[in-house]
Amino acid sequence: MNQKIKNEIQQGFKERLDYDELMNCMRCGFCLPSCPTYGQTDQYEAASPRGRIALMKGVVDGIIEPDESVEKQLNLCLGCRACEPVCPSGVKYGHLLEEARDIIQQKKKHTWPVRVLRRVVFDELFPHKKRMKRVHYFLSFYQKSGVQKAVQKSQVLKVLPGNLAQMEKILPNVPSRKEMKDRPASLPAEGTAVRKVAFFTGCLMDTMFNQTNNATIQLLQKAGCEILIPQQQGCCGALHAHGGEKNTAKRLAKQNIEAFEALEVDDIILNAGGCGAILVEYDHLLKDDPEWKERAAVFSRKVKDFSEILVEQNFIDKELSLSNQVITYQDSCHLRNVMKTSGAPRRLIHAIEGITFREMEQADQCCGSAGIYNITEQEMSMQILDYKMSKVKATHAHTIVTANPGCLLQMKLGIQREGMEDSVRAVHLADLLLEAVNNEGNL
Amino acid sequence: MLDPSIRDQLIGIVGKQNFNDSNEAKLVYSYDATPNFQSLPDAVIMPENKNQIQSILKICSEAGVPIVPRGSGTNLSAGTCPTEGGIVLTFNRMNKILEIDEDNLTVTVQPGVITLDLIKAVEAKGLFYPPDPSSMKISTIGGNINECSGGLRGLKYGVTKDYVLGLEIVLSNGDVLRTGGKLAKDVAGYDLNNLFVGSEGTLGVVTEAILKLIPIPETKKTLLALFQDMDAAAKTVSAIIANKIIPATLEFLDQPTCKVVEDFARVGLPTDVNAVLLIEQDGPPEVVERDIKVISAICREGKAVSVKIAQSLEEAEALSTARRSALSALARLKPTTILEDATVPRSKISEMVRAINEIALKYDLRICTFGHAGDGNLHPTCLTDARDTEEMHRVELAFEEIFEKAISLGGTITGEHGVGEMKSPYLAWKIGEEGVAAMKAIKYALDPKGIMNPGKIFAKDTRKRVVL
Repeated sequence: MNQKIKNEIQQGFKERLDYDELMNCMRCGFCLPSCPTYGQTDQYEAASPRGRIALMKGVVDGIIEPDESVEKQLNLCLGCRACEPVCPSGVKYGHLLEEARDIIQQKKKHTWPVRVLRRVVFDELFPHKKRMKRVHYFLSFYQKSGVQKAVQKSQVLKVLPGNLAQMEKILPNVPSRKEMKDRPASLPAEGTAVRKVAFFTGCLMDTMFNQTNNATIQLLQKAGCEILIPQQQGCCGALHAHGGEKNTAKRLAKQNIEAFEALEVDDIILNAGGCGAILVEYDHLLKDDPEWKERAAVFSRKVKDFSEILVEQNFIDKELSLSNQVITYQDSCHLRNVMKTSGAPRRLIHAIEGITFREMEQADQCCGSAGIYNITEQEMSMQILDYKMSKVKATHAHTIVTANPGCLLQMKLGIQREGMEDSVRAVHLADLLLEAVNNEGNL
Repeated sequence: MLDPSIRDQLIGIVGKQNFNDSNEAKLVYSYDATPNFQSLPDAVIMPENKNQIQSILKICSEAGVPIVPRGSGTNLSAGTCPTEGGIVLTFNRMNKILEIDEDNLTVTVQPGVITLDLIKAVEAKGLFYPPDPSSMKISTIGGNINECSGGLRGLKYGVTKDYVLGLEIVLSNGDVLRTGGKLAKDVAGYDLNNLFVGSEGTLGVVTEAILKLIPIPETKKTLLALFQDMDAAAKTVSAIIANKIIPATLEFLDQPTCKVVEDFARVGLPTDVNAVLLIEQDGPPEVVERDIKVISAICREGKAVSVKIAQSLEEAEALSTARRSALSALARLKPTTILEDATVPRSKISEMVRAINEIALKYDLRICTFGHAGDGNLHPTCLTDARDTEEMHRVELAFEEIFEKAISLGGTITGEHGVGEMKSPYLAWKIGEEGVAAMKAIKYALDPKGIMNPGKIFAKDTRKRVVL
């Protein structure tokens, strides 16, 4: 990083970081035990929320320069936001981090491969539903044509860096082109409709995890919900906002607000904590845009995880059962820490007859998935995952339930790393519940 | 700047990965939880045993490099802020519970053990370590020993010094000193345990400690007494003690404190009364029942508008945990929160609360008060903004008056947070010039070069007296 860029970043921090929020951190340290990277670095202060806030403030105050070590430390943060609910002062750490990363990304000169990759992912792929689908058709062909088997056998994947080869194996079986039909604009409730809701499909959830979306919709129907699915909706923009591409995130937010605001519904439902967390913060994302601020706030207030609505609709009174198994639940960080949903998924699992629910220690701590963190910060991600799996193993669970696609893939990766593919599975809560409500053992 | 040869020698002792003098490391070890104190050290060092610490101290002693031992940096008197630079010494790699001795009821620990981890580990064996500073979920035992930390249970069970039986200390010249032992009685010479407990890292580095444990109380009960009249609440505190009941916890919270704590923790603290007493009694069930009944009656006689008893252990636990967040929660209201821990004899608590309110009015400041009322240890907290120099000046004057008042009531300038650098200008007010001279004599006998946490406890004559 040359001096000119450092100066520009410093100026950016001065202009854009909320100084009152930086001062709001009174450095009590109550956040430290909740921070996974602090725990995994032998309690290195710089790898903690208090330390990272001090680094940001240190740059603004001119005590230090925003050099590579500062950038590295901000990148090492998972953005899990576990530090926020435990902060008595209510510091909005996530907002500070996002702003700081955005400033660094905007000023920084990436090497050309990184530039190309960022452009493809952030601009050319995720914002475009059709292109996302095309990638998945390709993936589906890859998996179903036998090419995948041949490739895995040939061991060419060994040339992939780090854990990418392992990750290739845990990709879910992607639905084929035929199975991935366009969704209708509305679906009726099963029986009498008692509630009308809108469904946010997401991009990964509607392609790679298409089946989980199908399951969620069926559960909502069974819970008496009529479901509206606006066609103009798109990617939530979470990856962009966390990855320092705030402007694209804003554009995507506006597209989604427009898609949903015409509908006469009180609830916008989804099944991915990672997406939900940005949706409930669209009002913050667009806070400086007078035309959109209020519209964003209206949108954000309506966003809810599907588990909340199922509990509200007394889904737990339905007959739910599964074969004898131990189930544990891994919180999705953004579902828990930002959307504040942690009780509803547990209540739903508890309601299933025939199973044993066993809470794992530190279920509320990040699994290391964190968006694309398990690719960008592989070493730390795997360290956190191995720690997580030690907690999973202590429960002797047969089934790990999560409520977010990234966490689900990470749990699958963890199972594979531990060599437990034959005895342990990871499933999304929606798929588990559908299995439980359709179980033949039910009377 | 550290001399390159010193730097090499230190790296030689702990290895490259445990010595850090990057800008980043220097910045994040430049502060503790004290507002308005920040100063960069020259390096951070993370030793893994006593031998390494001996070697480090020998080198630093010869070269005159300051050593600042630091636990988790939750200090509230700038005691762990490296105000004179030097080396910050951390204990993150010395964090093991070495032994829980169930025959002698002791636990032997390394200094980096987190207080709450220790408490949980001994409770799993039916034993009890009472000192429970509000920061216990992150504070270290080493930090607690060096500050003689108190906590919510201090009233009935005492503070850290009442539980330290033995210490292993490395002195500034590298010598190792062992004090006390697993002994209920020990008068072999001076009581060096008590000298080192609360010495704020100015005499040596604690590398191991033997702590006393007691059997865990059978049960406990918690109640909230609500008052519209702050004075009535404070008088009730004295009335409970005067009735010869010593609760495990007797905490006072004023309305603004209740509001912010409730805002954060959502545990059902009342926000529509002017003062709340959080009272807990523990012990055998029949004693707890009886005491809680008597305490309730005293509260009602003392004009409590309501007395509520927590219905479950979980509810009780949630209330104490919420109370521990009070200081940080107050930071919600203003950018800077400056708190003090003036302490008075418990019979004087209502007089002190009244004085704090009058002083706040006089200097036109917002001062919230909460604290361990039962042991006379209050935490008046001023909500201000460090950027407002004019107001900061008034804060300084107000706290000077609070100290003066506390001392005039037979109290002290600090009950449990330590003198550090923040309160060093006021030390002589409490212990006199003779007291300061005696303490300095001890300090320089043990640390002749003055490398151990310099600038703490003793104010430099050249420094202007300031609160911040």
